[in-house]
Amino acid sequence: MTTTSAPRRSRLNTTDLALVATFAAFIAVCAILPAFSVTGVGVPFTLQMFAIFLAAAVLGARRGALAVLLYLAVGTAGVPVFSGGHGGPATWTGATGGYLLAFPIAAFLVGLVATRVARTNPAAFTVVVSVAAAIVTVAVVGVLGAIGMSIKLDVSIGAAWGYATPFFVADIFKGVIAAIVAAAVHRAFPQLTAKR
Amino acid sequence: MSNLLVGAYRPGTTLLHRLPAGPKLGLLAVFGVATVAVPGAWPAVGLLGVAIALALWVRMPLRSTVRALRPLLLVVVVVTAFQVWQQGWPTAIHVVAGLLASVLAALVFTATTAIDAMLDAITTGLGPFRRFGVNPERFALAFSLVLRAIPGILEIAQETRAAAKARGLERSPRALLVPMAIRTVAQAYETGAALHARGIGDD
Repeated sequence: MTTTSAPRRSRLNTTDLALVATFAAFIAVCAILPAFSVTGVGVPFTLQMFAIFLAAAVLGARRGALAVLLYLAVGTAGVPVFSGGHGGPATWTGATGGYLLAFPIAAFLVGLVATRVARTNPAAFTVVVSVAAAIVTVAVVGVLGAIGMSIKLDVSIGAAWGYATPFFVADIFKGVIAAIVAAAVHRAFPQLTAKR
Repeated sequence: MSNLLVGAYRPGTTLLHRLPAGPKLGLLAVFGVATVAVPGAWPAVGLLGVAIALALWVRMPLRSTVRALRPLLLVVVVVTAFQVWQQGWPTAIHVVAGLLASVLAALVFTATTAIDAMLDAITTGLGPFRRFGVNPERFALAFSLVLRAIPGILEIAQETRAAAKARGLERSPRALLVPMAIRTVAQAYETGAALHARGIGDD
């Protein structure tokens, strides 16, 4: 991780650029695909949060957060890639803007953990990344989302937290799936975590 | 997917269409802050009136506007009930009118701003961050790579879903998502190699 302290020397190469852009597109596709019920319990399952955690767990902190930021930029510019097939700044000004703000931070933190564990202890990858994603879901996505909602809807942070609780459970589940899938991706492409 | 690159943009000649994207985005941000920061029910209703007037002025199509506002319906109902119970009607009106006003104003922004104009505005806005290692031209390249990659990944998603279904595994997240993720990474490496072969992005 010595390269992150010297941004000028650690510029993204062409492969990194392609990975960041392709994963931004992957997040977009996962957000706009019709929700489907994987679990069989009837909870509509959009894959947006899964894709964000997957980008982080596969690409690491910097490239993962950049992929999420790029996805947000494309959506904000008006391409209909936000969940529900929407695009433009309206998603930021609605009640859920705090969540959008939380996504790149969440990706950075999960990516930090994922790269470290992939290099030091690959056997524990799935468990450690699942736990990291769960903590980030509650501590970053939950908190920023609730703050955004409480400002916009003029409710207490506690009440906003209450609205969002059902989604936490689903998001923690999505983090686990992202960790399982990312472990398989790392087995197929060991070069993803290679030190440069 | 043919309308993906057009989004909700509707060409026109009004002042809002001709305003550059950067300043327009600034105005939208000020408007959004005002809907939260200006207290009271009547100012919020006034701002909603302004947003509706803008929408009529730029001739936003009614059908797509209603479709874009529909996800807010549940929030509006829940919040109205909650705020009437907790803090009374004035707060409920302030919150709901403010929320609708800011979202409608943002939809007006999207309807009057072409995506490439917005891309230009972001690229220009990134200029001052050059000294922190941000390269606006690479951002613009990455932006177009995303648009280029989306149809291919949609195809991968549909093919892996069909393959999982053929094996009777359409409820297994693993059978659906592992091949989709691996093929996505493979496509990224192909794109990287293609860019590299053309000398794009390496400088």
